[in-house]
Amino acid sequence: MTERDVVIKNRAGIHARPAALIVQTASRFKSKVAFRNEHEEINAKSIMGIITLGAGYNSSLTIKADGEDEAEAVHALSQLFENRFEEE
Amino acid sequence: MQRFTVLDLLNLDLKEHNALDLRCLGGRPGLSREIRVPDLNRPGLALTGFFENFGPERIQIFGRGETAYLEKLAEAGEVDNIQRLLSREDVPCVLFTHTLEPTKDFFELAERYGCPILQTDLASSEFQSRLMRALSNVFAAQETKHGVLVEVFGIGVLILGDSGVGKSEAALELVERGHRLVADDAVEIRCVAGNILLGYGTNASLGHHMEIRGLGIINITHLFGVGAIRDKKQVQLIVELEVWDSDKSYDRIGAEERTRDLLGVKVAYLQVPVKPGRNIPVIIETAAMNERLKKMGYYSAREFNQSVLKWLETESARSRHFHERDPIGFDDLSTG
Repeated sequence: MTERDVVIKNRAGIHARPAALIVQTASRFKSKVAFRNEHEEINAKSIMGIITLGAGYNSSLTIKADGEDEAEAVHALSQLFENRFEEE
Repeated sequence: MQRFTVLDLLNLDLKEHNALDLRCLGGRPGLSREIRVPDLNRPGLALTGFFENFGPERIQIFGRGETAYLEKLAEAGEVDNIQRLLSREDVPCVLFTHTLEPTKDFFELAERYGCPILQTDLASSEFQSRLMRALSNVFAAQETKHGVLVEVFGIGVLILGDSGVGKSEAALELVERGHRLVADDAVEIRCVAGNILLGYGTNASLGHHMEIRGLGIINITHLFGVGAIRDKKQVQLIVELEVWDSDKSYDRIGAEERTRDLLGVKVAYLQVPVKPGRNIPVIIETAAMNERLKKMGYYSAREFNQSVLKWLETESARSRHFHERDPIGFDDLSTG
């Protein structure tokens, strides 16, 4: 199990386009990937789940991955957050 | 395009307000002449002997004025200009409107040179607009696509994909669900009026049959009734079926409008991956309804995302309000 905290840095937060990027990236890995905020935990391979997290600007999330390629998955996903999902 | 002859023009099966009401009065050997351009000419000036910039390859229309002038020429016994006109083999045919008839010498000359004489009951202006409409359909750009054209909730859906991916099976289930089949296997697409793509079956007399693997050839009209078929339909949506490729990423949101170019016209385009357990007919039905919504100005994916953005905005404003000490000092008041 690998975990990492990330902060949403793009102004619009996680709307449909970033969610699609996340799902696309997460689906490349075999591991189980999930996001957690203070209330809930959702599957990172489900687009509607990620959108309904309601992750806005400056809020933080924890990426959790469990499986053979967990480190790579967490790295790839946190890279997306770092790059502000190629926005602004 | 195949040769379009004067005989083909006579045989055009057009209905009601499109009908040309044509009959042939004479010059039958010339019915095999080809019509090369979708255009017509009023040969008034040619009859007076002025042949400069004369358009011989066009259909020559004789209305009331030209016919009256022909009678004047007959009274004077002049046939030179008529002969000059009718002897040209590049003239496809001459055509009399208002049920008018040619003079005797005109008729004899046309017979001699084998230039077909056609006649219609319609008035010249009405006939000309109908003829232009018919000819522009005949001369429209066209392309034959390997696929199935079905009408789903009023939307013309062209299903494309490789052989064996299940196009016909998907169409069969759509027909079973009450939608209409336009053409299976080979769909002829014509671009009419500049930007409307009309799809037909390639052969009207063999149309509305389908080949289903394991069943063979079935007749949709007999099996499902006339309500299950249509002769032509505008292509408004292209759905391309392809075998599911797990390495490929498919559109998950649909906020971007994808189009595909067909005969220079952009048509809404969807790529739908197929794998066992995916109900393709239901997906196509839903795509057609979504297309109708879009035509009404409602874009599901875009408006969903707008609601998400709005919601995220209010959420983040709320959290700022509750987590930062507010400048007015409500926090201090409440805690005393």
